[in-house]
Amino acid sequence: MTDSKYFTTTKKGEIFELKAELNSDKKEKKKEAVKKVIASMTVGKDVSALFPDVVNCMQTDNLELKKLVYLYLMNYAKSQPDMAIMAVNTFVKDCEDPNPLIRALAVRTMGCIRVDKITEYLCEPLRKCLKDEDPYVRKTAAVCVAKLHDINAQLVEDQGFLDTLKDLISDSNPMVVANAVAALSEIAESHPNSNLLDLNPQSINKLLTALNECTEWGQIFILDCLANYTPRDDRESQSICERVTPRLSHANSAVVLSAVKVLMKFMEMLPKDLDYYSTLLKKLAPPLVTLLSAEPELQYVALRNINLIVQKRPEILKHEMKVFFVKYNDPIYVKLEKLDIMIRLASQANIAQVLAELKEYATEVDVDFVRKAVRAIGRCAIKVEQSAERCVSTLLDLIQTKVNYVVQEAIVVIKDIFRKYPNKYESVIATLCENLDSLDEPEARAAMIWIVGEYAERIDNADELLESFLEGFHDESTQVQLQLLTAIVKLFLKKPTETQELVQQVLSLATQDSDNPDLRDRGYIYWRLLSTDPVAAKEVVLAEKPLISEETDLIEPTLLEELICHIGTLASVYHKPPSAFVEGSRGVQHKRLPARTGSSGESVESPEVGSVAGGPGAEAPPAVIPSQGDLLGDLLNLDLAGPATSGPPPPPAAMQLGTMDLLGGGLDSLMGDESEPPHIPLRMEAQSPSPQPQSPQSPEYYHAQLGGDIGGSPAMGVGFGAPPAVMPASLNAPVGGGLGDLFDLGGSVGMPTGAYIPPKTVWLPAMKAKGLEISGTFARRAGVIQMELTITNKAMSVMSDFAIQFNRNSFGLAPAGPLQILTPLSPNQTIEASLPLSTVGPVMKMEPLNNLQVAVKNNIDVFYFSCQYPISMLFVEDGKMDRQVFLGTWKDIPNEHESQFQIKDCHLNSDAASNKLQGSNIFTIAKRTVEGQDMLYQSIKLTNNIWVLAELRVQAGNPTYTVSLKCRAPEVSQCVFQSLEAVLKN
Amino acid sequence: MIGGLFIYNHKGEVLISRVYRNDIGRNAVDAFRVNVIHARQQVRSPVSNIARTSFFHVKRSNIWLAAVTKQNVNAAMVFEFLYKMCDVMAAYFGKISEENIKNNFVLIYELLDEILDFGYPQNSETGALKTFITQQGIKGQHQTKEEQSQITSQVTGQIGWRREGIKYRRNELFLDVLESVNLLMSPQGQVLSAHVSGRVVMKSYLSGMPECKFGMNDKIVIDKQGKGGVTDEAGKSELGGSGKQAIAIDDCTFHQCVRLSRFDSERSISFIPPDGDYELMRYRTTKDIILPFRVIPLVREVGRSKLEVKVVIKSNFKPSLLAQKIEVRIPTPLTTSGVQVICMKGKAKYKASENAIVWKIKRMAGMKESQISAEIELLPTNDKKKWARPPISMNFEVPFAPSGLKVRYLKVFESKLNYSDHDVIKWVRYIGRSGIYETRC
Repeated sequence: MTDSKYFTTTKKGEIFELKAELNSDKKEKKKEAVKKVIASMTVGKDVSALFPDVVNCMQTDNLELKKLVYLYLMNYAKSQPDMAIMAVNTFVKDCEDPNPLIRALAVRTMGCIRVDKITEYLCEPLRKCLKDEDPYVRKTAAVCVAKLHDINAQLVEDQGFLDTLKDLISDSNPMVVANAVAALSEIAESHPNSNLLDLNPQSINKLLTALNECTEWGQIFILDCLANYTPRDDRESQSICERVTPRLSHANSAVVLSAVKVLMKFMEMLPKDLDYYSTLLKKLAPPLVTLLSAEPELQYVALRNINLIVQKRPEILKHEMKVFFVKYNDPIYVKLEKLDIMIRLASQANIAQVLAELKEYATEVDVDFVRKAVRAIGRCAIKVEQSAERCVSTLLDLIQTKVNYVVQEAIVVIKDIFRKYPNKYESVIATLCENLDSLDEPEARAAMIWIVGEYAERIDNADELLESFLEGFHDESTQVQLQLLTAIVKLFLKKPTETQELVQQVLSLATQDSDNPDLRDRGYIYWRLLSTDPVAAKEVVLAEKPLISEETDLIEPTLLEELICHIGTLASVYHKPPSAFVEGSRGVQHKRLPARTGSSGESVESPEVGSVAGGPGAEAPPAVIPSQGDLLGDLLNLDLAGPATSGPPPPPAAMQLGTMDLLGGGLDSLMGDESEPPHIPLRMEAQSPSPQPQSPQSPEYYHAQLGGDIGGSPAMGVGFGAPPAVMPASLNAPVGGGLGDLFDLGGSVGMPTGAYIPPKTVWLPAMKAKGLEISGTFARRAGVIQMELTITNKAMSVMSDFAIQFNRNSFGLAPAGPLQILTPLSPNQTIEASLPLSTVGPVMKMEPLNNLQVAVKNNIDVFYFSCQYPISMLFVEDGKMDRQVFLGTWKDIPNEHESQFQIKDCHLNSDAASNKLQGSNIFTIAKRTVEGQDMLYQSIKLTNNIWVLAELRVQAGNPTYTVSLKCRAPEVSQCVFQSLEAVLKN
Repeated sequence: MIGGLFIYNHKGEVLISRVYRNDIGRNAVDAFRVNVIHARQQVRSPVSNIARTSFFHVKRSNIWLAAVTKQNVNAAMVFEFLYKMCDVMAAYFGKISEENIKNNFVLIYELLDEILDFGYPQNSETGALKTFITQQGIKGQHQTKEEQSQITSQVTGQIGWRREGIKYRRNELFLDVLESVNLLMSPQGQVLSAHVSGRVVMKSYLSGMPECKFGMNDKIVIDKQGKGGVTDEAGKSELGGSGKQAIAIDDCTFHQCVRLSRFDSERSISFIPPDGDYELMRYRTTKDIILPFRVIPLVREVGRSKLEVKVVIKSNFKPSLLAQKIEVRIPTPLTTSGVQVICMKGKAKYKASENAIVWKIKRMAGMKESQISAEIELLPTNDKKKWARPPISMNFEVPFAPSGLKVRYLKVFESKLNYSDHDVIKWVRYIGRSGIYETRC
């Protein structure tokens, strides 16, 4: 029989004819008509007008016809809800049919009809089917619960279907178990906090038993569900791993990948010295390699996942380089992925082979692939030092081919090689210069210009070369323009006598004839540098550059961890967290690898890790704190930041973005390499990875980091006006502060507000700051940290345009808003200003700990000073610890973290001392009197959640107090003691 | 989970469209057509994200199958399902073509309703499906209650791939070891990579619910027995085998009928076989591979307008064996204007449309050598781009397993019926084929 004829009816009046046929008495004719309807439906024709006629055909004992009608119903019920009710009766009746296939069919179809009124009728049949004697009906009903939940979640909960579904996990039939697990997992995803799945060792055991018996698909559901479980200890983890490993030999790649996911995740918990751990590592490699002999689409999925696995555990596949060699017939998407993994696996041991392969690939036809291969050669050079020379000569060979895109790609990577191995391969510059004319891509042109500028002293005709680019300056892309500007300035600083004209020409091109603010601003900064202090200019522009890192394009670690938890899924294919591509509530939950047993995340309390913004349990992001040298390097090379020059991958922490302020923002537009204004996302959670954190070139981040860095670097001559572009950048700071305020206020209700405020001291004497004198102090008022400033104008001219910025500091202090000095300050005028501070800024450990470096700008210049703040202003209002917790913590902290101090000449009794300390948020938790000596037990909490515990001994009549401080971060003890003393004595 | 499944013809017309989830709308059908099938540039990934909707596709001849989702689905599972879908359709109506799909669209909808529920793949073993979904309409109305419950228990049961009560007058087994040997060799004759991917394909016509045990010369098993001092009688009798020829298997995967946990613990392969055709296992080896042919290329550029190519092939196996269907493909530059070929054996032809010289030899015994030489005239060109010199590839078929794998035994136990292992007629065959067998020149 052939059904294709149904696709060909396209004549007019068709609906009319169909209607007649549907109402025909003859069964065969009816069936034919329904088939025609379905065919029309498939090709997208609207046949909803036939609804009543089709539904009329439903009451039939012909199962094939029934299925067709059901198919129609599923498609059109929603558009005809009232008429869909007509079908309910048949459904309910079918759910009672003696044939289990019909019962299942009815309950399956009913769940697909998304009409509220029908769902009400569905509940009773569904309840029966969930307890049906036939497993086929039960497994269908299990999925139906998920369907119903999708339509009306409340109904499912009210009807108690979730409990029934949970019971099905213990069903005797493996397929019922698998479908119940799938349904529950899906429902649990939309209720992240419900303990729906309630995985415990018993239920896990049931799942593992079902795993051996159910279909391949069921195994996938169960394994994916298992991956969400966190074993209690390493022993449980090992026993689950042992029962999951046999799955690695399954013919279905998805089963294998899901098993790999479970193993990768649970392996985290195993101690590394365990024999089993290394056995497991060995067992993982062969199945991963086998995945590469699957069909190309699956290979692609496997390769994307292997890319993650290789980053997480490079040891698994380190000997398997050969299997990633590209085959001539591989589809391009497989080729590109293999290449990526080859570079990750490249090491000294296999570099010769890899290079030979890469050279081979560089002669292929696909442009993207060839480019990537050339780039890979450069990355090998950077990664494996011993191979650098061979790589360079290979690249030179490739340049000789004169194939345009090969040459350009080669030049871009050679620039990176120069950065990595300075003063080693400059002999090739001559060859590069020969190809100057053939470069038509901005990136390659910029790279070449960088090379010429950087090695200007060795290239005799550097000025001519650069001049040749200058002719079409305005037609170049911004990237090339910026690079040309920098290169010519470098050239000028190296050969000042011959190139003065050239530098003037480029500066005027950049500043006067350009509409691009980035270019203009950079032009101005060079101009001013060169005109005010050429020596300083030389120091800045020709400063030594930091080396570039070896591994590039690494996925940022927290994202990598999350992706490992998503092995096999779309997230692992896209290398993006599910939240980046899934709408709604599903998948927004961030998965994390389990911690090794025994470690309880104490690192959060250390001040270096930058957990300032996070609440309790916030994960410490990997802190990336570039040294001063990096900043200068960035200034010089930022527009050349190819993949290899970008340094370590940025942390996703939004707090780094959150503290942009005036100077930073202003500078950022001056330094930035993109023409669009910086866009700072308003996010405060420290642990939410940005959608694409793996790309260090993400413009938002790049701008923000640069701006922030340079603003805090006293070495830079930063004196340019803050244009309006600053505003979006500073937006976030007040918001952050505001949030902080709210929390802090909540904590301070009913507290005495007698916090100690040290007297003001002169921070910036007028002599050093062209007549600007600043004295100030810090205070904590109603939970807000304030910087209180007295600003005096001792110069002869009016001062205006004040702005302030802090360098990174130990506790992430940052202005929570702009410095409010609205009116210009006339000579001899003094003004009081109060600047609210937040503690969500970038963190860097300072020496001493409470040191703060400040930059203040006005219309005259930028001035730097440093001051020390009393650490007591960081003591938060909710620092009162529970007694029991106090006791436990006190015992918990090892004795080597205890420090003792003495406070002399203090004449308060213990109660008075206690009151006084309380005013500064040092809370007395308990008091004990032993032999006339009062012992006060006190707790303090810092803004970054470090707890400090104190024991204060006061002996009546003895003016010397003894203080013992215990803290997990002992480096704060000294500062805390100083504050304690200051509070007590004032 | 899978939100919808569409099948298109090469023009992008929808042949089948089944939506499982509410978040997939009709526009998804068009989105895939516009952005993938009709895309101006060839799509470079089997997974595409269009407007926050992910599309997975595979192509079979000129038919596109696409699965659609808005969630973070198990991507490997989706592809495995699409392949399975193709297998199921092929098992029902043969080749997947526009014609066949249109002819069977009602059947396909029925299958899709059965094997994918709310986007979750369900039992998709054709053996089980065919018991209640048939091309002659659905069985079901006239079945007895026992038959019905037998169907459902098979579809959901532990042994979903086999039904009860199968009876054959002659119990027979066909076992094929099919290997494809892959090679990438440098022009200097250095092996860059070589591996064998093999499959053990079975046809079993056995009565009842037989328990089978399969043994081969797996190094791990042989070594273990050697140490234990236990000699396997079956192994000796059927193969006369000794531990010397054991091979190291890098990895293997099994049909879902094989008890994986037993393989994991004892490395024994035991299973209740499906009825009829199935693939028992796949394996991969990389060590001690017998490379049946060696290709020695010599390419010389004579000036700018001429290439001289000489290729020697040497067969490297027992002289008593015969290789068949030998084909050597020598790529030629795009600018080729004329070719002159001389070969000692077989027939060689320049195929301009394929940019290659194709040299075919029907049969060749082991330890022999043959040669072809060609002169290629090139059109003068000022194109700077060099010719990429694709590798010389080779196809052949040999009657042995290049990995060295040998079947030691295949035992059948059926305790309930009165036939024993010895009554089963067993056929074993080895076929080695070329996979990607390339030599760079």
